[in-house]
Amino acid sequence: MKIPCPLCGQRDSREFSYLGHASLMDRPAPDAGDAAWDDYLHNRENPAGVTEDLWSHDYGCAAWVVVTRNTVTHGILSARLAKEGTS
Amino acid sequence: MAFSALRILKEGLTGNKGWQPHWRDPAPKEEYDVVIIGGGGHGLSTAYYLAKEHGITNVAVLEKGWIGGGNVGRNTTIVRANYMVPGNSEFYSHSLKLWEGLDADLNYNVMHSQRGQITIFNSDGARDAAMRRANAVINQGDDAELLSLGQLKKTLPYLDYDQTRFPIYGGMLYRRAGTARHDAVAWGLARGADRRGVDIIQNCEVTGIDTAGGVVQGVQTSRGAIRTKKVAIVVAGRSSQVAAMAGMRLPIESHVLQAFVTEGLKPCIDHVVSYGMLGHFYISQSDKGGLVFGGNLDGYASYAARGNLPMAEHVCEAAMTLMPMIGRAKMLRSWGGIMDMSSDGSPIIDKTHIDGLYFNGGWCYGGFKAIPASGNCYAHLIAQDRPHPAATGFRLDRFTTGRGLLDEEGTGSHHNLH
Ligand SMILES: Cc1cc2nc3c(=O)[nH]c(=O)nc-3n(C[C@H](O)[C@H](O)[C@H](O)COP(=O)(O)OP(=O)(O)OC[C@H]3O[C@@H](n4cnc5c(N)ncnc54)[C@H](O)[C@@H]3O)c2cc1C
Ligand SMILES: [Zn+2]
Repeated sequence: MKIPCPLCGQRDSREFSYLGHASLMDRPAPDAGDAAWDDYLHNRENPAGVTEDLWSHDYGCAAWVVVTRNTVTHGILSARLAKEGTS
Repeated sequence: MAFSALRILKEGLTGNKGWQPHWRDPAPKEEYDVVIIGGGGHGLSTAYYLAKEHGITNVAVLEKGWIGGGNVGRNTTIVRANYMVPGNSEFYSHSLKLWEGLDADLNYNVMHSQRGQITIFNSDGARDAAMRRANAVINQGDDAELLSLGQLKKTLPYLDYDQTRFPIYGGMLYRRAGTARHDAVAWGLARGADRRGVDIIQNCEVTGIDTAGGVVQGVQTSRGAIRTKKVAIVVAGRSSQVAAMAGMRLPIESHVLQAFVTEGLKPCIDHVVSYGMLGHFYISQSDKGGLVFGGNLDGYASYAARGNLPMAEHVCEAAMTLMPMIGRAKMLRSWGGIMDMSSDGSPIIDKTHIDGLYFNGGWCYGGFKAIPASGNCYAHLIAQDRPHPAATGFRLDRFTTGRGLLDEEGTGSHHNLH
């Protein structure tokens, strides 16, 4: 798999480390309550098909990147910087 | 039709014309007492024990593909009981005991071979960790033996003892660990369940779960609606999709795990051998002679049932580091399976917030060894509405409450760390 890092261009996926679904950026407020935090920490979207997930370009620019890809085909559709926020 | 040596002899002499299909191919009925979603090892085992131990035989196993086409037919078949934390430990101990009687119980050769597993350690710290685990295993009533470097050299002469990268310090031997034949397990359980009256329905995908007022009414399938008061989800890597049909969100992320097999070779690896330095590596030799081996997850969410080259390369590096002789063998095939990774790395067998809906999943990369006990305990839960004593820890609410997390690896309840 090659991930098109917005800063570095097409790079081998081995340069990146994986965190999980991009909804992890939507952190609940500290006082959002147990249910919201439980859902955030443990439950996952886990879609079969197109997903957005967070990869860190550890062996490149070290930026967090949101990658749009397909979990069924492993096709990578696009990538953008995580600091641009959730879609 | 029972199998026996006499029967095999007779069939052999008469052209093997008398064998019958091992299970029927029934059309779905309109109603069942229990509907099991998923005809993998765990679903078939659940049906088998529901019929055998609880007398519940009006049961359907609904499988969207063919039985044995999921992880049960795709795994490296290591069966062991060396888990450590209370909750896991008694469950896998229970499972190993069921394995030991499974061939006779099913009257089916599942080729359960207790050839022993040797886990190699490569540092003082790893030896201490192995000792701690071994003591936990002995306390749970099972066995473990420490092999010194000298003993290990006699037992596994083919390892690279001269390397300086990951020097070998010794090993832990679990004599009762071993392997079994993946699809024979599925077929044997299917036959056993079918003979007791269970309908095994293949090419039947569940597309919806019907509930009314928080109570299960039935399921929608690609072959029509089926009414039932009890629905048991047990679909491994598809857990999130099927649970979503009942409005549930799960602490599960699906990942791909690959396996590899070489051309058939004369017997050379007599045990299951594993080590944990370069990530993780485990190998055994199948009865056909192929070396079957694997490593870690690829490491990203996936439903592809096949992996990518970086992990293939990594696993082969680990193999070469441990046993350079493997470099002479040709790799024939590799494939992947969809793993239901839970956030603490341990499984769930529990009721849900919907009356009559049960959930079994989160087996991660270790559910083959669990097949007998998972079915046994899930059947108990479905039949009696309370957990089996060996599976009381597998609660769904442990993630919410933080109580009773089964954190075998000490990494916390955190996706992506197991
Ligand atoms: C490469 C690899 C190596 C492994 N090695 C080991 C090992 O050495 N030791 C070990 O203990 N474990 C191992 N495992 C893990 C083990 O294989 C799994 O944990 C276990 O098989 C999962 O349970 P199952 O057999 O019921 O799953 P599956 O066989 O995947 O069964 C689930 C079934 O549900 C069906 N299904 C899904 N959705 C629907 C639907 N909507 N309607 C109807 N049916 C549906 C699927 O088609 C599938 O057949 C390994 C797994 C893999 C992939
Ligand atoms: Zn970059």
